[in-house]
Amino acid sequence: MKRALILTLCTAFGATAVAAGDVKPADVVYEDGVVSASLTGQAGDAVNGRMVFANRKQGNCLACHANSDMPEEGFHGEVGPMMDGVGERWTEAELRGIVSNSKMVFEGTIMPAFYIDSGYERPLDKFAGQSILSAQQVEDIIAYLLTLKDS
Amino acid sequence: MTNTLWTTLALIGLGTAVGAQDSNSLSIEGESIVTEVAAPAHMENVDTIYSGWRFRSAETQALEMDDFDNPAFVFVEQGMDLWDKVDGAAGKACSSCHENIEDFAGLRTQLPRVDDGELVTMENLINECRTDRMEAEPWKWSKGKMTAMTGLIGVQSRGMPMNVAIDGDAAPFWEKGKELYYTRVGQLDMACSNCHEDNYGMMIRADHLSQGQINGFPTYRLKNAKLNSIHGRFKGCMKNIRATPFKEGGDEFKALELYLASRGQGLSVETPSVRN
Repeated sequence: MKRALILTLCTAFGATAVAAGDVKPADVVYEDGVVSASLTGQAGDAVNGRMVFANRKQGNCLACHANSDMPEEGFHGEVGPMMDGVGERWTEAELRGIVSNSKMVFEGTIMPAFYIDSGYERPLDKFAGQSILSAQQVEDIIAYLLTLKDS
Repeated sequence: MTNTLWTTLALIGLGTAVGAQDSNSLSIEGESIVTEVAAPAHMENVDTIYSGWRFRSAETQALEMDDFDNPAFVFVEQGMDLWDKVDGAAGKACSSCHENIEDFAGLRTQLPRVDDGELVTMENLINECRTDRMEAEPWKWSKGKMTAMTGLIGVQSRGMPMNVAIDGDAAPFWEKGKELYYTRVGQLDMACSNCHEDNYGMMIRADHLSQGQINGFPTYRLKNAKLNSIHGRFKGCMKNIRATPFKEGGDEFKALELYLASRGQGLSVETPSVRN
């Protein structure tokens, strides 16, 4: 409950402050781009992950990735690969690595790193020192992506 | 999972074919406009350049084909009023010194350019006239009076090919602009090239990514129903990727303007264009 309140407040202010107990962005361990350990130690919420995926102010993943699971959304991007079947193509640990910082595996990719809070230049002040998503939002998106199976 | 597989998948992901610009041809008021031409030699990663017009919907495209339908001309008309309006301590209007607005045909194609060691844009030239000759206040870079005037002067070159100098004095400015074009910025960590070179033709949610050409500026945007300056558009792009924009009229944006103008060499001036 307390955790939910903190997350609500963070979201309300557009901030993604690290909640106590979360792995900090700088402390995420990548092995060949794969991140085995959960960022929160808690299971992700696929239902919330689905919302974060579509929300323009959060993941906005749909801006680049088409996703047949979201027919209610009018416009799907086509810059990145389609999300259909993504939960079968990648493991949970691989997806955690790709969402957190895809540049660890896809050199030169346009895809933003969703869980870094430094290493980018000239951020707008209100985003400086922040990651795009919170640890829980990353875990939620992973939980959602794992539900996307072919057929 | 081996690195080789990761790399292979990455290449598949990045190597998506582009080419979703349409095949329509543009003629405005009976004059044929070049919206597609071989890329200039300095562009290493692109073979053909396209006007942003080719990436817009048929409805938006149609608005630019007839000056009566083109909403930008309301502002060009305002520019004509300003042209004749006396302003400043010297008691002059533009038309006091410049006999015919038509004499500016060709100017848009050559800007920005280097004057006395400094890179200058059309906004700089207009404000130099205002402060030095008219003894009037300079206009703000992206406000209505300035864009009305850049629209009016720009349309005199409509149909003429973009042709900026990038060698000699201009070379260091051009190099700086090129570097900016390929430098990632903002929390989203993107460079101009990520969208407008690597992924033009693709949809980014509801928007169709163009090559980011500037041959139609100032451009009337349906989203804000006014003329938009080149630097104002740069600023918007930077905010979208959550980057602190450079200053309108500053060295960075002027250099980027020169570099982008050079990526459009051979495209017709379309000022004032209509876009989303």
